[in-house]
Parts: sequence; C-alpha cells; structure tokens
Amino acid sequence: MIAQLDARTGSRRRRGSRTATVTIAAAIAMLAAVVLGVAIGSTWLPLGDVVRALLGIADRTQEFILLTFRLPRVVCAVLVGACLGLAGALTQTFSRNPLATPDILGVTSGAAVGAVATIVIGGGTYAVGSSLLGFGIPAVATVFGLATAAFVYGLSWRGGVDSYRLILTGIGVTATLTGLTSYLLLQAQITQAAAAAHWLTGSLSGVSWTSVWPVLVVLVVVTPIAAAQSSALEVSGLGDDLSVGLGVALHRHRLIVIACAVVLTSAAVSASGPVDFVAFVTPQLAARLARRGRPPLAASALLGASLVVVADLVGRAALPWEVPVGIVTAIVGAPYLLWLISRHRSQERTS
Amino acid sequence: MTDTRTPALEARDLTLAYEHAVVFEHLDLTIERGSVTTFVGSNGSGKSTLLKALARLLAPRAGSVLLDGEPLHGQSTRAIARRLAILPQKPLTPSATSVRDLVSRGRHPHQSLLRPWTTTDAAAVEAALAATGIAELADRDAASLSGGQLQRAWIALVLAQETPVVLLDEPTTFLDLSHQLDVLRLVRSMNAERGTTIVMVLHDLSLAARFSDRLVVLGQGRVLADGTPWHVLTPGVLREAFALDAMVIPDPATGTPLVVPHEPALRSI
Ligand SMILES: Nc1ncnc2c1ncn2[C@@H]1O[C@H](COP(=O)(O)OP(=O)(O)OP(=O)(O)O)[C@@H](O)[C@H]1O
Ligand SMILES: [Mg+2]
Repeated sequence: MIAQLDARTGSRRRRGSRTATVTIAAAIAMLAAVVLGVAIGSTWLPLGDVVRALLGIADRTQEFILLTFRLPRVVCAVLVGACLGLAGALTQTFSRNPLATPDILGVTSGAAVGAVATIVIGGGTYAVGSSLLGFGIPAVATVFGLATAAFVYGLSWRGGVDSYRLILTGIGVTATLTGLTSYLLLQAQITQAAAAAHWLTGSLSGVSWTSVWPVLVVLVVVTPIAAAQSSALEVSGLGDDLSVGLGVALHRHRLIVIACAVVLTSAAVSASGPVDFVAFVTPQLAARLARRGRPPLAASALLGASLVVVADLVGRAALPWEVPVGIVTAIVGAPYLLWLISRHRSQERTS
Repeated sequence: MTDTRTPALEARDLTLAYEHAVVFEHLDLTIERGSVTTFVGSNGSGKSTLLKALARLLAPRAGSVLLDGEPLHGQSTRAIARRLAILPQKPLTPSATSVRDLVSRGRHPHQSLLRPWTTTDAAAVEAALAATGIAELADRDAASLSGGQLQRAWIALVLAQETPVVLLDEPTTFLDLSHQLDVLRLVRSMNAERGTTIVMVLHDLSLAARFSDRLVVLGQGRVLADGTPWHVLTPGVLREAFALDAMVIPDPATGTPLVVPHEPALRSI
C-alpha cells in the first residue's frame, strides 16, 4: 500500500522514475535493516532460524526470543519510523518549510506532559501501577497529544489556518508545555523522574505486541488518506491563490493533511516516546535523493522506518550498555540539521 | 451546454472587503462570453481584489458572482477550476521542479483518483509549452528561469488548464516589450481560436487598448469608466483615475487609442 503513495504523481513523467527508484531502494534498505534487527542481539538469530521459528519448527528458546522480544521490537521500530517519516513529509510540504516537523503542531509536547504527569502523579504506587502504567501512558499521551494539537489548530484559526500562524502558535504552546513538563520532573521522586526522563528520550525497550497494534492500525488507516492528498500537496506548493484556482479545496485539504500528521505522530510518540529528528531528517533525505522540491511520501516513510530500526539496533547492540533509540537518532540528526541550516544560509547569501 | 447569451461571468451587487478596509461596495459587472476585458487603474485601486472575487479566491462580504449563470458559492472548487483559470499576481515558484512539471500542475482539476494522468493531459502540457515558446526550457529547473521566462511558464500552466474562461493578473510584468506583445498576441489568439473569455489586469494603457475589446477603469472604490478603448480612454478619465495629464491619439500601427502623457516644463532642482 505504501508503495502506491506517490504512484499517481510518480507515473506522470520522467521525474517519477527517479522517485520510484528511490522508493524501491528505501524499501530494500528497510528490509535489510529488519533482517539485521531481527538477527542481531544477545542471541544471534540468522535468517534461516527466523524463518524456521516463524513456521514453528525451530527450538523453543529461539521461537520465544523471536516472538516475544525481537520481532515486536523491530516491527514497532518500523511502524514508529514510518509514521514519523510520513508525518514529517506531510508537515514539511503543507508548511512549505523544510525545517518544520510535526512537533510544531504541539502533539509531541502535549503527549510528553501527559506521559510525564502519568508517571509522576500516577506512578506513586509503583507496585500496583506498573502494568497499569504500561497501558496508561500511551493512552494518556495520545489524549494529551491530540488535545494539544486541536488547541493549537483552534488558536491559529482565523477564517482558515495559514501555516505561518500555525507554526508560531505551535512554538508558543510547545514552550509552555515544555516548561510544565520540567516542573513536573522537579516535583517527582527520583525513581519517577528517571522513568519519565527515559520516556522523554524515546525508547523501544520493553515494547511488546500490545504497543504494536495501535500504531499498525493508525498507519494502515492514515496512509491511504494521506496518499489521496498527494497531488493536492504538489499543487499547494504554488501558493494559496493558485492552489484554489487549480481546484484544491484548501481548508479541507490542509485540515486533512494536518490531522494525518498529528495522528501519525501521536501514534508513534505513544508507542515509543518522542524519537527526535526522524520526522525532520528522513523527508529531507528522501527529497534530496529523489531531486524533488517536496519530500516523496512513500520514500520518506520507508527511510524513516529504516532509520529507526538501525538506530535502535545500534543503541542496543553496538555498545556494552543499552542506549535509547531517541538518543541515537538525535546524535545522527542534530549535525544534519546544522549542516542543512548552514547550507540554507550560504545559498541565500549567494543568490 | 449553457446558453451562449448567458454572460460568462457576472458580479451582482458585490461588496468586497479585507479585514479593515472596504474596497468595493455594490459593484455590478457583466463579462460577455468570448470577449477580452481588461481592468486598469492605479496601484491599489482594487484590480486584483476584483479579479480574485471573480475567481472565488476572495469571498464577497455581500453579493454574488455567477459563472455561466450559476453562483460560484456552493459549487465545488474543482468543478469551477475546470471552467475558470486564474493566474494570480504572485504565485510561488516551487523548488527543484522542472518547467514541464510546473506546467503539468495545470492539469490538476482534470485529474482524480479514478482518472489519472493520460495522453490528453500530456498533449495539453506540450501544446501549452509550445504556444508560450518555452518548449526548449521544459527540462530546466523553474527556479533557474529569468523573470520573463518564468512568467511565460505561468501562462503555460494556465493554458494547460484548458478552461473556457481565463483570468490573468498582470501577465506582462517582468517581460520586455517584445515578449509583452508575444503574451498579449497569445491571449488574443486563444480568444480568437478557442473562443476563450479573457479578463486581465494590465498597467500599460496603450497595450490594453490595442488588445482588449473592453476596458474597465477602477478607482475610488468603484468603476470609473467602462466600454470600448476609444470610449474609455479620454483625458478626463485619465485625470480622474490616474491623476495623469495626457492626450489620446490614434495608434499609427493599429488605430487604437495611444496614451501620450504631457510633459510639464523642467523644474530646476
Ligand atoms: N490581503 C489584504 N489585506 C488587506 N488589505 C488588502 C489586501 N490585499 C489588498 N488590500 C488592499 O486593498 C486595496 C486594493 O488592492 P489590490 O491588490 O486589489 O490593488 P491593485 O489594483 O491590484 O493594485 P496593483 O496595481 O498594485 O496590483 C489596496 O488598498 C490594498 O492595500
Ligand atoms: Mg494587483
């Protein structure tokens, strides 16, 4: 299904073939990352054993490791990465800003307040709470994330939403909520603060099939809706007036795109906490590889999935101790951001 | 099809306003099918505002706009886009987009999930590239074009839309005189060959007079004059609309009115 995301626009012209190539390459990269991610760990599980375990003819230990730990974690990494990559591509396109991420819509900071509040306030009775928390944190994070996004959208509505006002409102609301999160952390006991900080860095440790299903459902539902906006996204790069002139129902289009980005981000953040920079880096990478002005949706999603799987793998297997996936992506993403900004500046100066 | 006597566009009792400023009140205007109409007026007189309202880009505060006799309000924006095209004054040039891709976006209203890109679309794009004389630039990055080349690409985009009504806001800005003439001749031939109804905004009064059936002079929040170029371009109207002291003589090449400003004696500075 993902492969059809850009198919309509892609089938058009020569440029489409390059996008198709990049999309296929990204899909292969993702598959390779998944194979490695499943194989590597405390126990080495080569592809043959994996297939045997899936068919139920491997030994019990291998089957247990694969189905209980390895597979849900890698599948979750794929889904979280795909959600973030797609959400990032949608946000950067509708805002016409290559530096924008879905975080500007307030989802992430809202989810963070919800999650940290659950841990700090609800986590007092840790013995009773631990399984309850596992279910509670994603649910509360989702509700807070969606509510914040709705609030930001509502606040920037003035007979329509323009992306500039939306970004400024989002920045303001995010700053307030980040302050609130810090305050909650200060009020917390040390174990709760540690648990909250762990959530805030974005981590896939402790992921089980329960975390996988909601993200999968969201991705399966949202992807075709986003794909249907693909050609309108292309036209909307020509400015508001010409977009309407070419038959794009701008307010509806923008609402759909923002809602898709928000729901995708919210699903990803609820499953893993905020995994930084994926939504920002992978759409830009996809756009550059495809030599297109706007990030291709499918390739962004596939590259996002590859990045999160590999980053998680590096975080758990490259060092003697485990590093959360969010830290690995931040270490990769931050220099890329700086490089992009410096290039942006020097281009502006020369032109 | 609609009755040929129904006007292509009609503004009825239109009040147009931005948040704090009313631009027009109770304005009525009829655009005949198959005509070339040009809005002229000084900067800020509301030419773009009126054009946007005719193209449903600006919702009127009161009154209505009819396209082929049907109110724009309540029609799907895509259905309108198949019958009416508009080139706004300031479109955005997307990055890393070839000229052909840019022009292809003119086909957007004709496509849907059930009707993807076809050879008809490709043919319309190639014809538009050829008609605007930018076929050899088709594979260049649009952002790398000169102002005049880019302007022709925008016109090609609107041509590719293949609508019976075309609105153009200052299609000749950035163009040298010879390319201005090319664009206006292209506009006239669209009108002559396809019967396209044209409404445009121009600043050069003599060119407007040469290429239009009808001029509408806007100023002071209303229509100051409306009619054939010879009827409208009088010294009195020019003084009222532009605070311009000029004489109007027949253009030796075409016989259309030519506006020749008087020159006051040089003052020492
Ligand atoms: N988006 C806007 N918000 C508020 N006021 C506006 C807006 N656009 C135009 N105006 C005002 O409406 C009036 C008419 O503007 P309009 O752009 O229609 O003029 P114009 O005749 O097209 O001028 P020009 O020849 O400079 O293009 C001006 O006073 C202008 O300041
Ligand atoms: Mg104007």
